Amino acid sequence: MELFKEDKIYNFLGKGKIFFIASFVLFFLSIALIATKGFSFGIDFTGGTVVQVKYTKSAPIDTIREKLAENKLFEHATVTEFGSPEEVVIKTPSSTDGLSKDIGDTTKEILKGTGDFEIRRVDMVGPKVGDELRVKGLTAFLLTLSAIMAMVTFRYEWRFALAAIIAIVHDIVITFGFVSYFEVDFNIESVAALLMILGYSIHDTIIVYDRIREHIQESKNSDFVMIVNEAVSRTQSRTTLTSLTVFFVVLTLFIFGGDIMLGFSFPMLIGVIVGTYSSIFVAAQLVVWTGFSVSKYRQKMADKLKIQAEKEKMRAQFEQGIV
Amino acid sequence: MPSLTQSERGAKVTLGLDLQGGLHMLLGVKTDEAVDSQLKSIASGLKHFGERNDILLDGISVQNRTVTFEMLDNDDATTMDEYLKTIKGTIVHAQEGRYSLAMTPEEVEKLKVQAIDQAIETIRNRLDQFGLAEPTVAKQGVDKILVELPGIKTPQEEQRARELISRAAKLELMAVDEDRAMRVMEMSDAEAASFGDKILEDALQPKMKHLVNDIPILDGTMLTDAQVGYDQNNRPVINFSLNSQGAQIFGDFTGKSVGKRLAIVLDGKVYSAPVINERIGGGSGQISGNYTVEEANDLAIALRSGALLAPIYMMEKRSVGPSLGADSIKASLLALVSGFVLVIVFMMFYYGLAGVIANLAVVINLFIILAMMALFGATLTLPGMAGIVLHIGLAVDANIIINERVREQLRQGVPTRKAISEGYSKAMRAILDSNITQIIACTILYVYGTGAIKGFAVTLSMGILASMLTAIVGTYGIYQLFMPKIEKNKNYALWFGMTRKVK
Repeated sequence: MELFKEDKIYNFLGKGKIFFIASFVLFFLSIALIATKGFSFGIDFTGGTVVQVKYTKSAPIDTIREKLAENKLFEHATVTEFGSPEEVVIKTPSSTDGLSKDIGDTTKEILKGTGDFEIRRVDMVGPKVGDELRVKGLTAFLLTLSAIMAMVTFRYEWRFALAAIIAIVHDIVITFGFVSYFEVDFNIESVAALLMILGYSIHDTIIVYDRIREHIQESKNSDFVMIVNEAVSRTQSRTTLTSLTVFFVVLTLFIFGGDIMLGFSFPMLIGVIVGTYSSIFVAAQLVVWTGFSVSKYRQKMADKLKIQAEKEKMRAQFEQGIV
Repeated sequence: MPSLTQSERGAKVTLGLDLQGGLHMLLGVKTDEAVDSQLKSIASGLKHFGERNDILLDGISVQNRTVTFEMLDNDDATTMDEYLKTIKGTIVHAQEGRYSLAMTPEEVEKLKVQAIDQAIETIRNRLDQFGLAEPTVAKQGVDKILVELPGIKTPQEEQRARELISRAAKLELMAVDEDRAMRVMEMSDAEAASFGDKILEDALQPKMKHLVNDIPILDGTMLTDAQVGYDQNNRPVINFSLNSQGAQIFGDFTGKSVGKRLAIVLDGKVYSAPVINERIGGGSGQISGNYTVEEANDLAIALRSGALLAPIYMMEKRSVGPSLGADSIKASLLALVSGFVLVIVFMMFYYGLAGVIANLAVVINLFIILAMMALFGATLTLPGMAGIVLHIGLAVDANIIINERVREQLRQGVPTRKAISEGYSKAMRAILDSNITQIIACTILYVYGTGAIKGFAVTLSMGILASMLTAIVGTYGIYQLFMPKIEKNKNYALWFGMTRKVK
């Protein structure tokens, strides 16, 4: 089966402005959303406690709320259904630091008499741990970005690297705009998703870049726009196919992984779509706008080769004892 | 593939606590209190030294991290100075018989580190004696302790384990201040402190209070053994014995204090305060409380494994019931299988036999990941499972890139053999470039991630390595094997799923 006409070259860059406007609008909408609405951070970041309780019958959420309201530890607690009507999750910003009796035990005492239940999970994070995580998460993100920048600069050129970084930031901001809009919990798994999207986005982008580089080296054409159009058209089939397979598995994670995986699967789902879009329509386009010049690049490559040849010549001379 | 057979023989992948259920805790240590208790211990040593050598010391107290006291007779100054020199890591100021002792900053630091290491050692000891399967106790960062207990199945067990770990098990023998003991009920803490005393609660009768001397006679560091025994009423008690130094101090004190009471204090509560009838030599004693056999047992373990130098507190706790763990496994397996089927069907449909070969690579890939995990003893967590599921989608990518390249070559009319080798070599560069970047990202994720996320980074980078291996080396070999057949029948629709006519 073939979905794409491989020999046809689509004029992606011709419609660059449309995509630019679309991306621009989405990007700033997302920033506005994140800035005003923010995320519903999970306890991993804010500190607090999550207790997951499963009843044998459907859970009496109102009674649970009433009972919890009497205790100071649960002053700002939320009680929500989790996956099925039997299961609820109680989330409170409080945490306790004693070992012999903790907030999980307290919950159990409070809920006594609300029915037959089992406490399936107690996650408690002290405020200090959350702070540390935030710092670590941000450090990891910035480090990864600079590592990618260095890697792409080394293998291609700084303009490619810059464009790739802009594309990554574009993908991540838009994805987390969606996370903010749909009020999906932002937890430690979301950080993993974020770094995954980052990896996925750069992966897609590099495949396109590789093609561009190949065309620069092999064809005599100096029109960069033409080269990019051709490279994107040629890789479009692979980009779409891989995105489809990844999308399939992320979709199954989203559907079957349950609420516990939502912090990971939801951003991944959006991230795959946005990442695919950006590597076809945004990343290559950006390289064109950074003022990349094919002839200069070829010149540079030629110079490099020349220097290398000279070095080898000198070494050969040295080894033969001429110098 | 030796690693594959290894996994079949039964080396299993360890499941994380989120999948098999259990208790995960991150504990902190209140190191400041270790410093205070060290100072108290110095003070009680001083007191005992004074009594033994007939040096009159007055107002021994510990305040603001310094031990202060007054020596009444200056003639003893040389003996005193000699003794003070034997206490390591302190700075001594002496002026007209008024002494003050403070610890050097290095000593304080050393003590703090020691308190953490000792806490780890003690907790490990206690858990080992408690008899749980595979407890993990490890230092995390500079001042945190990670405790993982996969064996915990019920809330009751969890509670018991937590109590055992957190128990300070600080045993102190203290002198009851008989002169003022009558007034204890109406005395304030501040007033007690002004006499060098403190007020302690009774462990068995919460309303009862005891007034005891703030500086203990001796503490649990001199304890050598603690065993469960039974008293005359057949109730469980704990018999403890002291080392020779402890026995000497104990003997000296009891000999001098006949008719007075001795308080046996455990974790700041008075368990009993018997009247001393005669000098007690031999250095053994008994703690009696209304214990059940189980409680007495846990307490004896705690006493034997030694007191915690400093109290510990909970920074993070995650406890997962075994039923939830099983649910998570079920859910992620369902995602794994359905994602797998979708990808496999799609690849076969799109690429024909080339798709089948790619699928074969994915399957082998999965086995390699599992085998590597078993081999390196890596733990499979829920995010790790997500990593594997995700990886299935990504694993076919290398083959998609290759297949697209091969098709391109074939379309240009390149002969089959050359088309395949060209396709591989051209795809190679892109695959390497992007996979190396991804491994860099995974490494950073591993270094900066915590527990479960580390698992995710591990499965994913193993996956990337495995897919490079299978896609590049493995499938190429398969094509070489079938090359004569492909060259012969040139059925590109069957082999590469190409439905359009080739020029």
